[in-house]
Amino acid sequence: MGLPDVKQSATEARLAAMTLPEGGCLKAARQAALSRVQTMGLPGRRDEYWKYTRPDTLISAEVSKASVFASDEAPMFNEFDRLRIVFVDGVYDAEASDDLSLEGVRIDRIADICCQDIHWAKDLYGVLEARGQSPVQRPLAAFNTAFAQDGVAIHVTGKPSKPINLVYVHSDEMSDAILHHVIRVEAGAEATILENGPAASRFNKCMEIDIADTGKLHLVRAQGRDHERRAATHLFARLGTESTFKSFTLTVNGVLTRNEAVIELTGDDAIAHIAGACVGDGDFHHDDTVFITHDAVNCESRQVFKKVLRNGATGVFQGKILVKADAQKTDGYQISQSLLLDDDSQFLAKPELEIYADDVICSHGSTTGAIDEEALFYLRSRGVPIDDATDLLTLAFLAEAVDEVEDTAVAEAIVARLEGWLSRRR
Amino acid sequence: MLEIKNLHVKLEDEDKQILKGLDLKVEAGKVHAIMGPNGSGKSTLSYVLSGRDGYEVTEGSATLEGEDLLDLDPEERAALGVFLAFQYPVEIPGVGNMTFLRTAVNSQRKARGEEELSAAEFLKTIRARAKELKIDAEMLKRPVNVGFSGGEKKRNEILQMAMLEPKMCILDETDSGLDVDAMKLVAEGVNALRDEGRGFLVITHYQRLLDHIKPDVVHILAGGKIVKTGGPELALEVENNGYAGILAEVA
Ligand SMILES: Nc1ncnc2c1ncn2[C@@H]1O[C@H](COP(=O)(O)OP(=O)(O)OP(=O)(O)O)[C@@H](O)[C@H]1O
Ligand SMILES: [Mg+2]
Repeated sequence: MGLPDVKQSATEARLAAMTLPEGGCLKAARQAALSRVQTMGLPGRRDEYWKYTRPDTLISAEVSKASVFASDEAPMFNEFDRLRIVFVDGVYDAEASDDLSLEGVRIDRIADICCQDIHWAKDLYGVLEARGQSPVQRPLAAFNTAFAQDGVAIHVTGKPSKPINLVYVHSDEMSDAILHHVIRVEAGAEATILENGPAASRFNKCMEIDIADTGKLHLVRAQGRDHERRAATHLFARLGTESTFKSFTLTVNGVLTRNEAVIELTGDDAIAHIAGACVGDGDFHHDDTVFITHDAVNCESRQVFKKVLRNGATGVFQGKILVKADAQKTDGYQISQSLLLDDDSQFLAKPELEIYADDVICSHGSTTGAIDEEALFYLRSRGVPIDDATDLLTLAFLAEAVDEVEDTAVAEAIVARLEGWLSRRR
Repeated sequence: MLEIKNLHVKLEDEDKQILKGLDLKVEAGKVHAIMGPNGSGKSTLSYVLSGRDGYEVTEGSATLEGEDLLDLDPEERAALGVFLAFQYPVEIPGVGNMTFLRTAVNSQRKARGEEELSAAEFLKTIRARAKELKIDAEMLKRPVNVGFSGGEKKRNEILQMAMLEPKMCILDETDSGLDVDAMKLVAEGVNALRDEGRGFLVITHYQRLLDHIKPDVVHILAGGKIVKTGGPELALEVENNGYAGILAEVA
């Protein structure tokens, strides 16, 4: 079975620029991923799953230049006590990173585990990604598995005393970074992972997360403010019985961002919450693509996505809840909303439910709207100036997504970033 | 204090004239009541005074202490001292009542060149005022008016008024939806604010409220104009006989 010519040649052109890293114990996984890419081809404009987002610049052999942004804000999460793991343009920076030892967790570089024959990560690397290729293909994730230059394997065996912070520094305006992390949370263990920074001019990131029964993982990420950066990220998570996974993503700026989350609830009573708040101005395209599969009894999933768009920015949401026949008592919730601050911006949403079990509660909703004029007048009539009133209503709109962040200090830090964005755009 | 002259107002998007030459003068320290049939333009008057979009003033003027109100933004009018207790208070999900009130109080102070209230001062004042209106702390934490009962919303309007200490208080059917006890609370709230330097314009359909908030002057608004002005006895007349007699008399 051949690929369409355009796809075939685009894929070949991209692959021609790549060499498979020395694999070690991951060699087989990388080779298998490469052949997945070859079979599927890289995403093209004609693909249904890429209907709202043009993949061209994400798959081109040449990376587009992205200037490095000099922020006047302190790096996100700076105020928290955390274990920092720093990558500069997608390469681990030992100098800038903290010592990787922390009680309750074991952290290895992917590069190092390749030298060890037996390592838990070997059984995870590329595995969830491969599972996640059906029913919808995600070739950029397979591409990542094949060619990732760096990344970490995080093994959570206890309850580490502080969060692990993956810091992605962008320093080269032509950088093209591919990172792949694998995370395993053991039974009863619990950790928080923070991610922040633009990473590179073009960033392809894949994170595979396996949470054993009763394990808990919190993931909060802030995708850096560099205006010209591009990113395609994938999150694959598999949840065991009574486990919990909560993820929140803040996106402020970036010319193109596609965040995919592929979540599989495989054990009974598991909980997955995936949320995001994004604010975009002008040349900004932000795509949240989520696929949650309920394959066990009495699981809960929640998707809460809010986007504030202005000056021609585009927001995309593709979210699906698939409830398999055995997944009785599923509680699925999905909401995606956009606030358009002018007429030039747009929000494209494709919410989907596919349900094969009969005893489930699933709801989804998607709205797009402007600032509520009634509320605006009410605030102004009390003396609040129009700009402050607009900001107050904008933050109120985003609040439902930010509320998904459990740690209140982290949530406050996120609100502060959003306030900063609003005040800069006066 | 408030002086309205020959005010003509139409809807912006429609060829519909609502106020047709309204004259009204509210002196400082006085309570004026406005009564009038449904659809006569009472709420329109209150919105036009507070600066809501959608209305076009085609003729006439409205000033507060000599300052022209009609060219100002709503927030500027508020800072000058105009306050409208809405007939239908607006729900604002995601904005805490407390945050809202503090932002409002301090925005007005800033606009007037006064010092902002500290968090502690603000808290102290709002707690005291809320207590007088039997608004519990829980309600202050909730988003503005969200999930409030009709009566709670109206009490919340009066709380805002008490915190903002406006010069010109316009109350649009603040009594509707209130039970007897709540009506007393609201009236007490209003009476506590009665002051030499403050004017009130109380829009209502019922004499009941005016038993508690004794008006100095009562106006009848019909067909976009003040058609009759009198003392408190005018409200009693409306209560007993409706508008038919008055309207026939002025026709
Ligand atoms: N935005 C609007 N669009 C259309 N019609 C309007 C609008 N605002 C007011 N009107 C109309 O203008 C007239 C006056 O309305 P207004 O709300 O001022 O009356 P009111 O005296 O307050 O009545 P009520 O006693 O029922 O509160 C009504 O016929 C109303 O339908
Ligand atoms: Mg009315």
